[in-house]
Amino acid sequence: MSVHRLVAVLLVAFATQAHPLDLDIGLSTPVTTMDPHFHNLSPNNSIAKHIFETLVSQDDQQALKPGLAESWKALDDTTWEIKLRRNVRWHDGSPFTAEDVLATLKRIPNVPNSPASFAIYTRPIADAKAKDAHTVVLTTRAPHPLLPNDLATLHVISAKTAGMATPDYNSGKAVNGTGPYKFGEYVSGDRVVLVANDKYYGPKPAFAKVRFRMITNSAARVAALLAGDVQMIEAVPTADIAMLKKDARVSLASTVSNRVIYLHMDSGRERNSPFVTDTAGKAMEANPLRDPRVRKALSMMIDRNTIVSRIMEGEARPAGQFLPETFHGTSKRLAAEKYDPEGAKQLLAAAGYPNGFGLTLHTPNNRYINDEKISQAVAQFLTRGGIPTKVDAMPSAVFFSRGSKLEFSFLLAGWGAGTGENSSPLRSLVASFDPKLGFGAANRGRFSDAGVDAMIHTALETIDDTKRGLMLAAATDKAIGELTGVIPMHYEVSTWGLKKGLAYKARVDQYTLAHEVTVAKK
Amino acid sequence: MTVYVLRRLTQALLVLFVTSGLVFGGLYLVGDPVEILVNPQADQEERARTAAALGLDRPALEQYGIFLKGVFTGDLGKSFVFGRPALEVILERMPATLELAFLAMVISVGLGIPLGLYAGLRPHSFGAKTIMAGSILGFSLPTFWVGLLLIMVFAVQLGWLPSTGRGPTTEFLGVQVSILTWEGLRYALLPSLNLALFKLSLIIRLTRAQVREQSLLDYIRFARAKGLQRSRVIGVHLMKNILIPLVTVIGLELGSVIAFAVVTETIFAWPGMGKLVIDSIFQLDRPIVVAYLLVTVFLFILINLAVDLLYSALDPRVRLTEHKG
Amino acid sequence: MSAVLPAALPAPQTPLQRFLEEFFDSRIATLGFVLLAAVVLVALVAPLIAPQNPYDLAKLDLMDSRLAPGEKGIGGATYLLGTDGQGRDMLSAILYGLRVSLYVGVVSGIIALTLGALTGVCAAYAGGRIEQFVMRVVDIQLGFPTILVALILLAVLGKGVDKIIIALVCVQWAYYARTARSAALVERSKEYMEAARGLGLSGTRIVLRHLLPNALPPLIVVATVQVAHAIALEATLSFLGLGLPPTEPSLGLLIANGYEYLMSGKYWISFYPGVALLVTILAINLVGDQLRDVLNPRLAK
Repeated sequence: MSVHRLVAVLLVAFATQAHPLDLDIGLSTPVTTMDPHFHNLSPNNSIAKHIFETLVSQDDQQALKPGLAESWKALDDTTWEIKLRRNVRWHDGSPFTAEDVLATLKRIPNVPNSPASFAIYTRPIADAKAKDAHTVVLTTRAPHPLLPNDLATLHVISAKTAGMATPDYNSGKAVNGTGPYKFGEYVSGDRVVLVANDKYYGPKPAFAKVRFRMITNSAARVAALLAGDVQMIEAVPTADIAMLKKDARVSLASTVSNRVIYLHMDSGRERNSPFVTDTAGKAMEANPLRDPRVRKALSMMIDRNTIVSRIMEGEARPAGQFLPETFHGTSKRLAAEKYDPEGAKQLLAAAGYPNGFGLTLHTPNNRYINDEKISQAVAQFLTRGGIPTKVDAMPSAVFFSRGSKLEFSFLLAGWGAGTGENSSPLRSLVASFDPKLGFGAANRGRFSDAGVDAMIHTALETIDDTKRGLMLAAATDKAIGELTGVIPMHYEVSTWGLKKGLAYKARVDQYTLAHEVTVAKK
Repeated sequence: MTVYVLRRLTQALLVLFVTSGLVFGGLYLVGDPVEILVNPQADQEERARTAAALGLDRPALEQYGIFLKGVFTGDLGKSFVFGRPALEVILERMPATLELAFLAMVISVGLGIPLGLYAGLRPHSFGAKTIMAGSILGFSLPTFWVGLLLIMVFAVQLGWLPSTGRGPTTEFLGVQVSILTWEGLRYALLPSLNLALFKLSLIIRLTRAQVREQSLLDYIRFARAKGLQRSRVIGVHLMKNILIPLVTVIGLELGSVIAFAVVTETIFAWPGMGKLVIDSIFQLDRPIVVAYLLVTVFLFILINLAVDLLYSALDPRVRLTEHKG
Repeated sequence: MSAVLPAALPAPQTPLQRFLEEFFDSRIATLGFVLLAAVVLVALVAPLIAPQNPYDLAKLDLMDSRLAPGEKGIGGATYLLGTDGQGRDMLSAILYGLRVSLYVGVVSGIIALTLGALTGVCAAYAGGRIEQFVMRVVDIQLGFPTILVALILLAVLGKGVDKIIIALVCVQWAYYARTARSAALVERSKEYMEAARGLGLSGTRIVLRHLLPNALPPLIVVATVQVAHAIALEATLSFLGLGLPPTEPSLGLLIANGYEYLMSGKYWISFYPGVALLVTILAINLVGDQLRDVLNPRLAK
């Protein structure tokens, strides 16, 4: 056994020196396009990050670091100067300059038929100018401290291909990046093949060729890893982790992610919330969920540790707020709610519901890790705590439409902070619904508190990072700690499975990046 | 005959029209595509932009009208997700599904009819009973479960076959085909077996039932009494008469194999139409689903027409409705 | 007809007696019948014999989840067949699930069979425009993926046993209609039909007495297979998240839930429900096969 492993490791080491290996990766969701600006979707962005680069980059913890920009600084509240890296070349050999950045910013809001554009990140930018070939000056409409975070989502394309349409990208004709890998082949629904860019200015890619195969069924993905058909998979299902840990052929890489699973309650409607009933199941006029004490009581009835250990098989961390404490703008005071069914009963009685009431928990069943099972477990706890709860599970195609039309009283959902800091969940989930400001777009419980709104608003216009962080933390303390606007359940842990001998620095943003896979030295 | 075929094809147009309306309405009821398509971080303005870009901000009837107008110019709409013409996306995925369906039908007919004949001709033998009991396994276990079991045994444990995906393709008559090479066949074997299992059991059972039925009829007894060779009796007289119901079911199943390889394609990561349509349904990618339905319903119409024509070829007594008026 | 009259019957039998005698002539069929009776009985009395009410969330304990068969839970109870991911006793879940699955399979099967056979045979009998119309509706129905039908119904009507039955009937009736029509088409063209029409027999009589009985043998084959298939299909819908409510599992839903534990060796979550499903379907088929043989006038000895 150990001799075999030794031989295998030696072979791997030998092979990397002689000629780089190929790498096959099993993806969990299909890549829908090669155009980096067409469809803002995690699997697409993940592939784009191999070929293209962003001005500002994020490390595995989503901390900002230089990308195509060497440095950036705010000259005043609304003007930013960005110094570009020199000696960067496109895959076609031409040099990278400020013109490319301007062409990119111009193309992004104008990609025809785009189902999810990156325009949300370019909209704050009023004007972009090239000071010289390697300096760009951006002016924002209002003070916008999150500009560097936003820039981290925008893949820079060459000015030459900016005029080309999405089909040209899908065929590979227009795919001309600066990143460590070059376009090889894209077969919709099947695979993406990338080849190493030997002229890359950074660390040389470890693999000559990387094949991404779309294996959406989790069990089949694990089987493909065990059968040796792929050497790496993403999104290892929780049910298989214990088994894989014991398997000598496999190693795992995991980290807590930027996604929180939370419960939203109808705190908007004064009466006749659609799925609030009395304990016998009859419709009820009053809406107990408007009372912060009731929301707090629900939170206290749920034993997060048990859900994490039994449903998530340890692959999650109980949550007390929107993001783990290591992220910018999080509260230092909020820990996961303690399981306290007795305290919950007293709170319910104090709120005028000593005998409880009935609920239906609506949940997606194909969106988050174990979503439907978590909901069943929540229903178990609430039912035992005197709030008989039904579970209604549905595919996300139905769930999100109905949720956004406010057809539910109590729902489970998740939020991944794309920009890697706390204003993202705050402004979308607990800020009052306001189309003009773009606040509360995913506030499906219509939680609303003027104090919280004001804090978020000021924070979003405060350029100073430390001050802004404190304000966001205070807003979180109020929205969750004091008012229980949402009930945080846990942070998902994302896990990658690799063939022994390969290693991956697990990322909080859940991206699977081949250029960060390393081959073991010994 | 020609008139008959022509009339059936005109009816087909009407059927396609009704289908498009039904799917359009059905999907409209399921949910709002914008909710699924946009990035979760999107604000209200971006949601409105998506709706406008995809024409989803208009009233449902107007959207349907625009679609119909497009159909007359040969445009079935652009996929929301891929931003490409829906028909193009479907046709691109079709060869993968067709070859899987073809292999599955070869397996189920090639094994099913002989096994069924055997079970029907020697109904009391041990072999027949084993076949019949085994066939129950074929249709009572859910496809997804059997599929994973196949992968676990043949790919993970034994390592004989690749676990998932489609093998290397070669061009054949302008189409990318994978099953013409040995390497490609290795990839196709498990999924087509998985897909064939249900059809195989059905064909075994149906053949057996028909044989049992027919072999007691006068003409078979008569033929035997005349001293005709057993093989000839089976080969000519019996086969001819059991074929009609078999052809119906095989036709039906061929259609369903093509259209609904959904689960098998998902488990085996097979890049065919089935996988496409289930992803599209769950993403409410309406243009793809509508175009897909039009293609498959048309396919069903063609298959059923072929089956009806085959009836009269197999049994001249069956008249096509045409002559009756 | 060519039947040779039996030389001497011991005593005149009623048709029912003869039917029963013929049916139980085969040992395998008798076994099938006993099995089926047992399965139905178990399903009916499930609430009385199940150790736990698997639908009552307050009775489940997460701490007992994923226990292997025979392990003791924290409450001291022994779980004979283990527990699932929610701490549900598998034995109780299977007993209750059997009820749901049988109900779904049989009810949807009967409705679809009746609907399909009648429309198919009538279409064949009527011919002309009516036949054309019915068969084109069948074409549309066959082209619709089950998943789409189920998703639309789920969005419009919500989840539940009755909704799944509607979805399954929608999907299945067309199969019966086409099979029935093809069999009836062959009968329609036979000489005796001309005679029957010539004699002035009514349409209803011709359909019910001549066309339908002759279309029955292939229909019963399809039906016994389809009832099983309906149960398996419900499992597939559950697998895709379009099936029954997760808190009231059927056998299919249990198998679908156990699917993800297959790789990690927690076989019991899908294996035992699978066995229960298999036994049920085997019994249905053994009975169905014999029924077909006995009901078929030509196979009578």
